[in-house]
Amino acid sequence: AKQARKSSTRNSVLANGVRNLSRSAAYKASGRWNKKMTKKTTAPAKQAEAPAAKKAGKWYPTGTVQTPLPSNKANKAAARIRDSCKPGNVVIMLAGKYRGKRAVVVGTTESGLLVVSGPFKINGVPLRRVNQAYVIGTSTTVDVSKVDASKFNDAYFAKAKSAGHKKSEKEFFEGSEKKKEIPAARKADQAAVDKAVLGGIKDGLLK
Amino acid sequence: MGGERVRLFVKGQIQSYVRNRKVQTNHTSIIRIEGVQSAKETEFYLGKKLAFIYKAKTQKQGTYFRCIWGKVTRAHGNTGAVRAKFRKNLPPSSLGASVRVMLCPSRV
Repeated sequence: AKQARKSSTRNSVLANGVRNLSRSAAYKASGRWNKKMTKKTTAPAKQAEAPAAKKAGKWYPTGTVQTPLPSNKANKAAARIRDSCKPGNVVIMLAGKYRGKRAVVVGTTESGLLVVSGPFKINGVPLRRVNQAYVIGTSTTVDVSKVDASKFNDAYFAKAKSAGHKKSEKEFFEGSEKKKEIPAARKADQAAVDKAVLGGIKDGLLK
Repeated sequence: MGGERVRLFVKGQIQSYVRNRKVQTNHTSIIRIEGVQSAKETEFYLGKKLAFIYKAKTQKQGTYFRCIWGKVTRAHGNTGAVRAKFRKNLPPSSLGASVRVMLCPSRV
């Protein structure tokens, strides 16, 4: 397919926010003054139709109607992942419960967090999200092509919202001792991911 | 991976507050990071979190150890010292004491 040619400007950046050429100089340099304007014949006809189609309204606003400013939320760029933290790389955890451990990046979430797994059998690091800033990426890679990481997104790891329970007097005095139980689905996912990752680890990487 | 002790921080020493001969600005401290000997080498440490750990007489949250967190802000001078700002200004008793230069936020 024909690729669109990237237009290059002669207007280099001198410093932050300051360009080389002034507005008039840039106009001259770009060659826009030399471009022959092609006559558009269909456009005026369309424009003449549009206003006529609008019906005269019954009520008109007395002043200018404030429209909300355009929001950029829909155009959020995809999160940037460092080359050293791409899926398949071994990564060193710098902080948190698993600091010092090396884990394999299995995938990434839409918010830019890494999804990491020990594998659990090897070093006890479970399927977990980790921020790139709290991790050193290494050049050691593991083949994770057999891992299906598409289901591990932010929603998968989100904390289950506990219903705002009002503690009864009895509970208040006894204190809640809830042991966190890991759902079986998580354990199954962990086992599946680990099996695929272990298959990709070459001999010699495991101590 | 074998149970070795891993030190996930670099040792640093708190040298002084940023100052001229007679006036010191307590909100910024000067840290000398072990092994860093030129301003060029400090680039890796910029932005890294610092932990000044000290002991107190009373227990808070189950421990006598307390911490003041800060971060490396910029290089200081030509020989690898570094300026740092902490959440609370460091106490004067910290001069000469050690500080932990953590490896995160990591840019590597």
